[in-house]
Amino acid sequence: MVTIAGLMQALSIKNLTKTYANGNQALKGINFSVEEGDFYALLGPNGAGKTTAIGIISSLVNKSGGGVEIFGHSIDNELEAAKTCIGLVPQEVNLNLWEGVHNIVLNQAGYYGLGRKLARQRAEKYLRALRLWDRRNDSARSLSGGMKRRLMIARALVHEPKLLILDEPTAGVDIEIRRSMWEFLRDINAAGTTIILTTHYLEEAETLCRHVAIIDEGKIIEDARMSTVLRKLQREVFVLSLAKPLHEAPHLDGFETLLREDCELEVDKGPAVNLNDLFAQLGDKGIEVVSMRNKANRLEELFMRLVENKQDGFKEMAQG
Amino acid sequence: MNIALNIVAMQTIVRKEVVRVLRIWVQTVVPPAITMTLYFIIFGNLIGRRIGTMDGFDYMQYIAPGLIMMSVITNSYGNVVSSFFGAKFGRHLEEMLIAPMSNATIVIGHVAGGVLRGMLIGLLVTIIALFFTRLDVQHPFITISIVLLSSIVFSLAGFINAVFAKKFDDISIVPTFVLTPLTYLGGVFYSISLLPEFWQTVSLANPILYMVNAFRYGILGTSDINIGVAYGILLVFVVVLFTACVQLLNRGVGIRE
Repeated sequence: MVTIAGLMQALSIKNLTKTYANGNQALKGINFSVEEGDFYALLGPNGAGKTTAIGIISSLVNKSGGGVEIFGHSIDNELEAAKTCIGLVPQEVNLNLWEGVHNIVLNQAGYYGLGRKLARQRAEKYLRALRLWDRRNDSARSLSGGMKRRLMIARALVHEPKLLILDEPTAGVDIEIRRSMWEFLRDINAAGTTIILTTHYLEEAETLCRHVAIIDEGKIIEDARMSTVLRKLQREVFVLSLAKPLHEAPHLDGFETLLREDCELEVDKGPAVNLNDLFAQLGDKGIEVVSMRNKANRLEELFMRLVENKQDGFKEMAQG
Repeated sequence: MNIALNIVAMQTIVRKEVVRVLRIWVQTVVPPAITMTLYFIIFGNLIGRRIGTMDGFDYMQYIAPGLIMMSVITNSYGNVVSSFFGAKFGRHLEEMLIAPMSNATIVIGHVAGGVLRGMLIGLLVTIIALFFTRLDVQHPFITISIVLLSSIVFSLAGFINAVFAKKFDDISIVPTFVLTPLTYLGGVFYSISLLPEFWQTVSLANPILYMVNAFRYGILGTSDINIGVAYGILLVFVVVLFTACVQLLNRGVGIRE
C-alpha cells in the first residue's frame, strides 16, 4: 500500500483483535500504520497489548480478527513475503543458550534462505557492528545480558529486513550500552530500515522516534507524530539549581513555584508563558540560575496522564 | 513457495541438528553403545547360550537385527522430541517460526536430524554386534529401506509428541509407557511363533513387530510377517504422520497462542 506522500506503508494494521483462550481480550480492534523509513514508538503499560500486537505481526501469535499488511503483503495470503520483510528482537531472551554466537546468526540467515557465503559475510558485518565479533566462538549462555540483547539484534538483522521490530531491546542494559545501541539503531534507520520500538524508557522513545502510538487495555489511545504529541503537553515542571540559597519560594507571574531545598527551586510552567518570562522575572529579583532540568521526561509525563486518566485526562490536558 | 529458500532452510536445520548430536555426544552416542553392549553380553551371550537357536539362527544372531532396530527407533524418536521440545521450551523455536520457510520444511529438517542420529546409532550398534556375532545381509535394499522408513516414522512420532508436550515429563511419558513396551513386545527378543495363538494375533497389532521383522528379514532372511504388509504399514504411517505434523504446525497447536 502506498500513502498519499508516495511512501510505501511498512505496516498497516486494521481492526486487529485478539482474544486468548482464557477469555482475555488483549486487542480490541486496533488500527495504525507505519510509513516506510519511520522510527515508530509503540508504548503502553504492562499488559496493554504491545507484545500481543508484535506477536501477531511476526506470526508468533494467531490473531482473532482484523488484518495486517507488511509492505503490502497480507499475513493471511502472502505470509512468506511478509515474513521476509521483518526482523524481530523479542522482549524475552530467546536464544539457544548452548549454541555458539556465530552459529546463532548463521542459522538465522539460513532460515531466511541466505547461502552460507553470504550468511558468513552478514554475520561478520553485524557481529562486528554490535561489538560481538570477538565473542563469536563463545556460547550464548556465557554472554552478559547486554550482549545477549545485542546478539538478538544481530540475529534479527542478518537477512537485512526492511522492517525491524524491537520489543524492549534495552531492558536491563546499562547506560553506556543503551546509548551505543541508540546510535546503532539511528544509523540503520538512516540507512532506510523502518523501525518499530516498544520500550519502558520513555526517554528512549522521545530521543529516537519520530512517531508514537500509545496502547492501553487493547486500544490505541494516541497515534501521532512525536512533536505533535509533545505539544499537547501544556504544562512542564522545571527544577532550577540556584547560585545562592533562598528562604522562601519567590512569586513569579504565570508560574507556580516550590522551594524544594535552599538552592533548588521547582517551577511549574503554564501554557500562556515562556521561559524568557521566567528568566526575566528571576533576573529582576536577583536570582541567579546555575542549571536547569526537566523534572520528568516530557513523554513520560504525557504517557502517565494518558494512561492514568484515559480519555478524560486527555480532554483536560487538551483544554489546558 | 520459494523452493531455493526452503532447501537452504532445511539444510540449516539439519546442520544444526547434527552439530547438536555431536556436541552432546556423551548423551547421544555413548549411552546406546553401552546399553546395547550389555544387551549383547547378557541376553545374547550369557542367556542366549542356554536358549540355543531361534528360527534356525543362534540367539545372538537372531536378536542382533532387533537390537539395531530398537536403537534406531528410540534414538530417532528421542532426537526429535528432545530437540523440538527443547527449542519450544527455550523459545528459540521462534527463530524458525518467524522465518519465511514453510512448516513442511521445519518438519522435514527435524525428521532428517532424527533419521541421521538413528542411522548413526544404528551403525554403531551394528559394529558392536559384529564383535559378538556374524551378520551377512541377505537383502540389502530391504534392510536399508526398512530401517530408513522406520526411522522416519518414529522421528515424525517424536515431533508430534514434542508439539503437544508442555513440560519435560511429557516427552518421557510416551517413550516409557508406549514405545518401550511396544518395542520389547515387537519381536526383538523372540519369534511370535513361540506365543499362544491369541497373543500372536494381538502382537500383529503392534507396528513395531513389522519393522523389526522386516529388518530381520533383510539381514537374516527370516520373518514372522509378510514384508509387503510391513512396507504398506510404514508408508501409511509416514504419510499420515507427516500430514499430521504439518497440520499441527499450520494450526499453531502447542506453539502459537
